[in-house]
Amino acid sequence: MKFKAAVVVTLKESVLDPQGVTIKEALHHMRYNQIESVRLGKFVEISLDASSAENAEKLVHETCRKLLVNQVIETYKLQALSPVSQKEA
Amino acid sequence: MRFGVVVFPGSNCDYDCYFAIKQWVSSSVEFIWHKSTRLNTYDCIVLPGGFSYGDYLRTGAIARFSPVMDNVIKYAENGGLVIGICNGFQILLESGLLPGAMLRNTSLRFVCKYITLRTVTTRTPFTASLKKGEVLSVPIAHNEGNYYIDEKGLEELQKNSQIVFQYCDADGAVSDSSNPNGSLLNIAGICSKRGNILGMMPHPERCCDPLLGSIDGLKIFQSITESFKKMQTA
Repeated sequence: MKFKAAVVVTLKESVLDPQGVTIKEALHHMRYNQIESVRLGKFVEISLDASSAENAEKLVHETCRKLLVNQVIETYKLQALSPVSQKEA
Repeated sequence: MRFGVVVFPGSNCDYDCYFAIKQWVSSSVEFIWHKSTRLNTYDCIVLPGGFSYGDYLRTGAIARFSPVMDNVIKYAENGGLVIGICNGFQILLESGLLPGAMLRNTSLRFVCKYITLRTVTTRTPFTASLKKGEVLSVPIAHNEGNYYIDEKGLEELQKNSQIVFQYCDADGAVSDSSNPNGSLLNIAGICSKRGNILGMMPHPERCCDPLLGSIDGLKIFQSITESFKKMQTA
């Protein structure tokens, strides 16, 4: 079965994100003073083949741990995992 | 002493390292293509600076999975000498040979300039010929040199005397104003517990030739060869 997974990688809360801070400041200059904080991250879209949704999820987590995410500084969320119909594929 | 300089796709300080070693340190130096798996003929492996794999994903993250790295890890675990410079340091962090990680410079700028470094420990083969507290003038050139490690990890580094170089002012004082990238505790270089693996952001290979304004980088390479000689005769 074909699946599509969406993973969002961000810096951990405890790690300063200078890009996010700079963007927040720019927004304040634009008078969006109600913006309290901005954190910048990465969006990873993965297409994969797996025998079940459970195995697909396992595989995505494994790739996150081994390569996609550096867990010293980053954290991630698997935001969506859905089967892709043959037609879409 | 036989040096090997690993070449990853995107390395760009490999020739600088090769030239500096060949010209000033040891006549025996070879390039090692990143697909090579034979390292046992070398006495010191150099992971040079550059932009391996275009810095895609994270600096050093993809190079860490180059075929040569499994053997670099084995080589280092067996006590072999490994020095990672700039991108080489980032690869050592990603491979887990050294603890911590690199963040973007707090200035969000690529910083390319001469800085001064304080030698924190002389217990490593890379610094054994230096004096404790000795100040070196060495250039940096990086965008991700903001060293980070969690509190527990930092305590470990301090306890095991693994901080090798800190950014400092010309008099050797370590201060916020002498920190070029936001690095925790001004850390510019760390070593493994055993001291046989060194990672450093500054480029010693760029300051070995008197023509280039400083030969302080040569002191690090000379320390390696002197330590190696002592190890051989011990």
